[in-house]
Amino acid sequence: MNSARPAPKPVDWLIFFVLLIGALLMCGPFIWMLSTSLKPSAEVFRFPPTLLSAHPQPANYGRIFSTIPFGQALTNSVIVATSVTLLQLIVCSMAAYAFACLRFRGREVLFLIYLAALMVPSQVTLIPNFILIRNLGWIDTYQGLILPYAFSSFGTFLLRQYMKTIPIELIEAARIDGANHAQIYAGVVLPLALPALGALAIFTFVAQWNNFLWPLITTSKPSMQVTTVALASLQGQFNTDWPLLMTGSVLAIVPMLVVFALGNRSFISGITTGGFGGR
Amino acid sequence: MPPLSSLARGEERAAWLFLVPSLVLFTVFTALPVISAFLISFTHWDLFNPPRLALLDNYVALFNDPIFRQVLGNTGFYVLLAVPLQMLLGLLCALGLNRGVPGQSVFRVIYFLPVVTSTVAAGLVWAWLFNSNFGLINMALSLFGVSDLPKWLVSSRWAMWAVITVSVWQGLGYSMVLFLAGLQNIRKDLYEAAALDGATGWTRFWYITLPLLSPMTFFVLIISIIGSFQVFELVYVMTKAGPSNATNTLVYFIYQNGFSFYQMGTASAAAMVLFLIVLTLTLVQYRLQTRWVHYE
Repeated sequence: MNSARPAPKPVDWLIFFVLLIGALLMCGPFIWMLSTSLKPSAEVFRFPPTLLSAHPQPANYGRIFSTIPFGQALTNSVIVATSVTLLQLIVCSMAAYAFACLRFRGREVLFLIYLAALMVPSQVTLIPNFILIRNLGWIDTYQGLILPYAFSSFGTFLLRQYMKTIPIELIEAARIDGANHAQIYAGVVLPLALPALGALAIFTFVAQWNNFLWPLITTSKPSMQVTTVALASLQGQFNTDWPLLMTGSVLAIVPMLVVFALGNRSFISGITTGGFGGR
Repeated sequence: MPPLSSLARGEERAAWLFLVPSLVLFTVFTALPVISAFLISFTHWDLFNPPRLALLDNYVALFNDPIFRQVLGNTGFYVLLAVPLQMLLGLLCALGLNRGVPGQSVFRVIYFLPVVTSTVAAGLVWAWLFNSNFGLINMALSLFGVSDLPKWLVSSRWAMWAVITVSVWQGLGYSMVLFLAGLQNIRKDLYEAAALDGATGWTRFWYITLPLLSPMTFFVLIISIIGSFQVFELVYVMTKAGPSNATNTLVYFIYQNGFSFYQMGTASAAAMVLFLIVLTLTLVQYRLQTRWVHYE
């Protein structure tokens, strides 16, 4: 952003006003969710609706933890999203290092095969992967939730593009100093690729936290459900208890807003430089 | 191939060692499953009995199934409305934010928030907003004097519109961010040159911004279409594909056949149809990119 912008013209204020109304519309569902989550159960059906309850019920937030094992669900989401993120950082950066910094026969072909996998919608592999996990006895296990996501073509592509921009002289210099490939990978390339690793980390964590279909079909015990699945099953049991459902939604969304607030720049750069978007 | 020096051989060996974890995971969880899905689509399989060969039965049955035809129609309708709306609103936001209005970085974050929001949670909130008796939307409509209130999620006429609304709300920030990146790549001196030639705002937009934004527009278009064909969570949370399949979409159909009806063959055949659609769109992207898209 350059700091020497011209002063806003009247038309800019008009655009500002339109964007402000748009922003209120975008925020509306979040505000209404928060408002409902704090209301006494009967008040949500009152007409006309109130934005701020006269009797706010912060205790609603305790109720969800006693109604279903929601604390366990949040913990499971943290475990799964963190593990997937760490594994992807390791596995994808290793592959990216080979593609970006090493020469070997079949490099272009293999890279194309990995890239081609980006065209495969995840629902295509859903059924065979489910059968595989079921046959391995991995239903309701962390490894069943984590391992299918430990590698991603998108992550490998993102990191490889970034590693390509690292000056080859730095790698050559380390090699002349007698460093082997593992040392160059861990000591030279990874530290220089930190911005791309950060983007991939945030991207993967958010995507995993919000992942739904795979944990839905590979977990059946409430104690192994992740947050999104717990929320959906809560809806099945208490489909008119809106304050309860809204507390669950708030608790599912807030951690991602925090993660995004901490890293929105690298998240967005991941989308725009990764080139293939969040698929 | 000429013989490799020992140095190159060492590099080659190192490369494959670095690739081992990704190769194993890629083979087990992507490559073999794609092949398996293809093979399963030619069988009848309920998971409890051994699979029986069905050849093309599943595909023939799919296209004779009125529900599957409805599902394709629903998905097409959804894509046809959600994608242009989301792109148009995303482009307008990006154009507004690219001018340097006050508070633009705050606006950018706000418009992007729904993108990082869990679709399940978002679907729940919107299901509450669209609730036909006590939802905020109908309460607001009745305050404005609308007497014939739509039944939204329980009405086969309105349910899909509700799902489309939510997906536009959730997706426009994503288009906006990509369009903003595209706009920032357009060289400022082109606008200066155009200004010298006396070009006004509208002509500059029509003859500089729009053509030079076309690579990004095309990219956003294809990405959004592919993403929209995979709509699932919103349908699952908001309508469960109802009422009477009015919002049943391709991925929900796959889920339903695979995991409610245990018809792995039918589900895999439908997954292959989805695969074919996505594959075609991606190939179209590569072919048409050179023809329609203007680069500097």
